Amino acid sequence: MSGIASFFGWLNDALLKMTWLNELVGALVENVFGLSLDGRPGASVQFFIYDTIKIFVLLSTLILIISYVQSFFPPERTRKILGRFSGVWANALGALLGTITPFCSCSSIPLFIGFTSAGLPIGVTFSFLISSPLVDLASVILLASIFNWKIAIAYVVVGLVLAVIGGSVISAFKLERFVEPFVYGTHLADADLPELAARDRLAFAWQAVVDIVKKVWPYVLAGVGIGAIIHGWIPESFISAVLGDRNPFSVVVATLVGVPMYADIFGTLPIAEALVAKGVGIGTVLAFMMAVTALSLPSLIMLKKVVKTPLLATFFGVVVAGILVIGYAFNAFGGWFV
Amino acid sequence: MIIKILGSGCMNCQKLEALAKKAVGEPGLEAEVVKVTDFADIMAYGIMSTPGLVEDEQVKIAGFVPPLEQVKAALQSGSAS
Repeated sequence: MSGIASFFGWLNDALLKMTWLNELVGALVENVFGLSLDGRPGASVQFFIYDTIKIFVLLSTLILIISYVQSFFPPERTRKILGRFSGVWANALGALLGTITPFCSCSSIPLFIGFTSAGLPIGVTFSFLISSPLVDLASVILLASIFNWKIAIAYVVVGLVLAVIGGSVISAFKLERFVEPFVYGTHLADADLPELAARDRLAFAWQAVVDIVKKVWPYVLAGVGIGAIIHGWIPESFISAVLGDRNPFSVVVATLVGVPMYADIFGTLPIAEALVAKGVGIGTVLAFMMAVTALSLPSLIMLKKVVKTPLLATFFGVVVAGILVIGYAFNAFGGWFV
Repeated sequence: MIIKILGSGCMNCQKLEALAKKAVGEPGLEAEVVKVTDFADIMAYGIMSTPGLVEDEQVKIAGFVPPLEQVKAALQSGSAS
């Protein structure tokens, strides 16, 4: 048993954490750049180079594999599956399918219209829309790489729970009247989509890699840059005073800072990594990541075209409240995750 | 025949349109390429994921941009049947 465990430990270190890369970059920084790893500039440069390479390599590989899997779950099929369920089960399934249905904010309008006009309760659609950006298979594996599997799995579970509860609350409030009327007048025809061959799926997956890397590289670089600065230059005492256990509002601060930020989850990971290294509570870090990824201005603007303000505000309020609860809960019980 | 490119004008829709026009330029394929950008019209074909390619009112491609060879193959399989 311990043999198997150490084998997986080695796989995790070599492939996900890429500890060898960190050492390699460390050697480069010390010997070629002539910077000591114990000094601030050396440590920041090492963090920046190592993290940038690691995130892009993992990102591309993961998206290729995951998009291939996702090509089996186009939104048209997801809609059909969801139509067979009702109540909280529909919300749960909506949240689950949100993680594997390929989705970008540019297709949120046709998706919202398609789901809603097919008679799906809007709460189910919102469960889908909350979980989709929040719980992404690639981000889960990256979380495991940066922290550990316990944290990654806990993140998935709370993300799904947030999506189910958020959607259920929206259903309970019966907010259908705040959907723009034209949505119900538009009909998605029930067509049979062409069956995809393996090469089509590969083309689909490759396109996803190109699209996502093109879209997220500035956020990743910015995230790694901010992470490197936190890592090397911001004193631990300052960070722990603002975001540490001693500040009872740390989760609120992290959430409020995160909401207006718009980045992909891949951009938030290096910042999260640096904050954890400075002793910030895991709940505070998760709250920050969730606030950045779940709520973004572009997606709210998109949604505004299909729903009226009271529904949009409810969605926003429910998600923010959920993130705060999750943050404090993880800080309270976070002992077991590290 | 008429080839319709379904999509709200995103980058991938433009890519697919360019590919379709290239494919149409080949001998043996004569067609007119038109764009469909209205959501209601797109959804009338039963797809939510753009870009889409429709040939003679039949959805041939939905949700991704295949390489040129596959676009050609999709169009030719249609004209043969």
